[in-house]
Amino acid sequence: MNPFHYERADNAAAAVALLAQSPTGTFLGGGTNLVDLMKLGVAQPELLVDVSRLPYDRIEPLVDGGLCIGAMVRNSDLAANRTVRTRYPMLAQALLAGASGQLRNLATTGGNLLQRTRCVYFQDASKPCNKRVPGSGCPARAGYHRNLAILGASESCIATHPSDMAVAMIALDATVRVLGPHGERIIPLTEFYRLPGDEPQRETVLEHGDLLTAVDLPPLPFAVHSRYRKVRDRASYAFALVSVAAALDLDDDGTIRDARIALGGVAPVPWRARRAEEMLRGAPATEATFRRAAEAELAAAQPLPGNAFKLPLARNTLVRTLLDLTRDVTDVTEGATR
Amino acid sequence: MTNLLTPTKETASANSTLGAALDRIDGPKKVTGAATYAYEHAVEHVTYAFPVQSTIAKGRIAAIDARAALALPGVLAVLSHENAPRLVATDGAEMAIFQSDAVAYHGQFVAAVVAETIETARQAAQLVTVHYEQQPHEAVLRAESADLYKPDHVNPFYETDTESGDIETALAQAAVTLDQTYTTPAEHNNPLEPHTTLAVWSDDGAHLTLYDANQGAYRIRDTVAQAFGLAPEQVRVISPYIGGAFGSKARVHPQVVLAVMAAQMVRRPAKVALTRQQMFSVAGYRTPTIQRIRLAAGADGKLTAIAHDVIEQTATIQEFAEQTALATRMMYAAPNRRTTHRLARLDMPVPAFMRAPGECPGMFALESAMDEMALACGLDPIEFRLRNEPQLDPETGRPFSTRGLVACLQEGARRFGWQQRDPRPGLRRDGRWLVGTGVAASTYPARRRPSSARVRVESDGRYTVAIAAADLGTGAWTALTQIAADALDVPLARVHLEIGDTALPAAQIAGGSMGTTSWGAAIVEAAQALRKRLHEEYHDIVPAAGLEATAETGDNPAAQQFAMHAYGAQFAEVRVNRDTGEVRVPRLLGVFAVGRIINAKTARSQLLGGMTMGLSMALHEESVLDPQFGDYVTHDFASYHIATNADVGAVEVAWIDEDDRHVSPMGAKGIGEIGIVGTAAAIANAVYHATGIRVRDLPITLDKLLPMLS
Repeated sequence: MNPFHYERADNAAAAVALLAQSPTGTFLGGGTNLVDLMKLGVAQPELLVDVSRLPYDRIEPLVDGGLCIGAMVRNSDLAANRTVRTRYPMLAQALLAGASGQLRNLATTGGNLLQRTRCVYFQDASKPCNKRVPGSGCPARAGYHRNLAILGASESCIATHPSDMAVAMIALDATVRVLGPHGERIIPLTEFYRLPGDEPQRETVLEHGDLLTAVDLPPLPFAVHSRYRKVRDRASYAFALVSVAAALDLDDDGTIRDARIALGGVAPVPWRARRAEEMLRGAPATEATFRRAAEAELAAAQPLPGNAFKLPLARNTLVRTLLDLTRDVTDVTEGATR
Repeated sequence: MTNLLTPTKETASANSTLGAALDRIDGPKKVTGAATYAYEHAVEHVTYAFPVQSTIAKGRIAAIDARAALALPGVLAVLSHENAPRLVATDGAEMAIFQSDAVAYHGQFVAAVVAETIETARQAAQLVTVHYEQQPHEAVLRAESADLYKPDHVNPFYETDTESGDIETALAQAAVTLDQTYTTPAEHNNPLEPHTTLAVWSDDGAHLTLYDANQGAYRIRDTVAQAFGLAPEQVRVISPYIGGAFGSKARVHPQVVLAVMAAQMVRRPAKVALTRQQMFSVAGYRTPTIQRIRLAAGADGKLTAIAHDVIEQTATIQEFAEQTALATRMMYAAPNRRTTHRLARLDMPVPAFMRAPGECPGMFALESAMDEMALACGLDPIEFRLRNEPQLDPETGRPFSTRGLVACLQEGARRFGWQQRDPRPGLRRDGRWLVGTGVAASTYPARRRPSSARVRVESDGRYTVAIAAADLGTGAWTALTQIAADALDVPLARVHLEIGDTALPAAQIAGGSMGTTSWGAAIVEAAQALRKRLHEEYHDIVPAAGLEATAETGDNPAAQQFAMHAYGAQFAEVRVNRDTGEVRVPRLLGVFAVGRIINAKTARSQLLGGMTMGLSMALHEESVLDPQFGDYVTHDFASYHIATNADVGAVEVAWIDEDDRHVSPMGAKGIGEIGIVGTAAAIANAVYHATGIRVRDLPITLDKLLPMLS
């Protein structure tokens, strides 16, 4: 770990101004990922601006019926929030599927969105990695890529985004509030992440000095019937091989009115499954429909030998999650009419 | 009289706690942080050393540029082959750091920074530039490699190959045969406490004190003394508390030598603690194995041939030949038998002991094959094992001192509800889950080695028992105190135990499940000698100056007359998700025949811990090699998975009554390793029963099941 300067900002504007002066500086939230990367020599910031105590630690209703989640809200607090648990169950489930209790107590909402890939080559400063050292090469393609991307990857990078929370948020059409050197702006989460292309080092549309202050969730009433299903190599405390965040809105006759679906563990970004959503709208909520939708979404997949299993795994997990959701919705509807 | 002197229960002393479920006597110290581990010992003017590791697998160091590192404030020295002290002799090339410019594996220590703080040392290590002349390396273990060789012996001193009868003819003539290959991956020990050493030289350089995390202080002392040209008496090793080892702290690894060299160079105490990532290169690991098993049986389900041919790896610079087929020599009866071991010398880190080396991977293969063979013979897997139970050790012809395998299988079947089992695979469903059960046998040699102990009594009736034993977290502190109190026939509270220090009488290391038997035998002998002296010379009145006696045990003569082993039977229930291939193990049962139990609580923890590690081996553990670099790239706990609490379901541990005085005067056998032996096979056999899919390649990850589930 290199020596670094540490500053604690009194307010967001001061934090942004501080960081603007340090080209290699970065904001410090919970530190659960950044500090590891600093120890490993992967991240070498000259300046850490601690934003974890800025007053963005509230979860508050929005006038449109949505929810505003402060960027410094801890993952464990967000998962335990009653509104999140009842109106956006997929988000609470995603948070609880991530990391460990201790890490969730520290990790912040903003930091979770901005965590880095756990690709073993990115995390080992002695090895090439185009994301860490642009142009140095990607050993993962010929090497160990069991947990890397089958969708949205490029020749230069096949890393996966590790967050569970972000998968649920992107399915929920969340937007991100950003305070930058030139003022505040709002970015839909679906436009927040960048695919690697030939610049895998640029993971989001943020500019240096931009500070996440909040994540807004739209009302989305049918998200009350939503699920997050995570498949991993052990029962707990592992990154997703494949995960599915899904919400279904069904007519009384079992026709799908609307759907929100995102996949985790399969792409360099939390993967919004728009193609699958399109195929579901207006179709009957049957296994055959779900299977067609899953296969349409995964048609563009480019698996490698070591991660080809993710293709059937993602398909099966998506189909089963949608079937489980259909049963959730139907059970509630039937319960109400009885 | 104590119950050690008279084995019948009727005359057991009132002071005996043998078999009781006592809390650990070191527990309060550990939970309050008062137990001092190697890295925590406070010495003045301490420095910190941090290694620079090779980024190539084979070649030589062309140049080392340490200028930037040395320029950093707080840096005291940069060690490398250019300036490091020459070692006099070594216990293998892995520990011989900085002795030449040769690089023999990825991650080898090629330099090290010594600095005022650990942070400075680590930062400076990144600033050391090493230029290499790289050579092509070979890192992959291949069964078809032409370069496989036959080692002189396998760990520690067993014959490499054994053969009796005629395997080929037996296979050709048998009613039922099996010929399958089973593979296990490289695995890393990963104790929670990293490998740490604090080295302190006396001002005149005549004495060296090491605070070190190890499995046997004397072995570390002798190896270090030899390496640095010192008399053993000039070196003291202090290791009262160890945070796990699993074989990886049984010998001197590079961090010990680095600490000693660093302290010598800067003439101040030096500390080294490996990072988790470094532990994947220089602290040993289990070799991957490729195991071919061939079995032949008659129509009566009796085996006529057992052949076990093993291929595994070692390093180019140091040999470790795991005894993978050892248990197969003794497990089941058959007139025609064969075991072989062949090694590939690879440009890889040096493999070493890990959690039942030999038995653990070997019994995965044998016990998977036994399950397959039982099915092929149309027999229940327990019945199949009963039909092939030997009366004498098939290898030596000696009688077994005790052999509780049948009792364990039968008691396990009763507890597990095995009788109701429908043997047909893939039939039981619970929602989206397929459910199955499996069984496998366990075994581990029951050995002990020479050790010495001293017992002293004061005139106020307090006893001090001194022995350079090591408690790796196993419960030795408690078990040895119980053994001593029992042998002395005094209350536990009057016995004070001292372990983990070469200032104490020399003892066998904590390894090979030989700790308790070896140390216990020495303590019992010393206690008996003290009581005899006290009675005969002092008429049972302790003199004012106190009285002491020492004992030094020799080799166990019974080892020449009997085959001595511990046995067990492991049962598993698994659930396999039909959509995803995820495997869950809601239930494990282990029944063991391990001689007399000294402490029911710590013994249960040992066996339960072993079974949990076996579950971890079955489903999770795998060190993934990247052949491009010759490096294990899964080198943290996010990528090298061990079982979490959520993976461990109900684990039931039981033992049958057994008392084996041939093994030790306490009647106890070792219990440190048998718990892990067989678990993986029981789980793999249960996965087959659940799904009809036979996974012969550990770990059983979902991608190996998914293609065949849909």
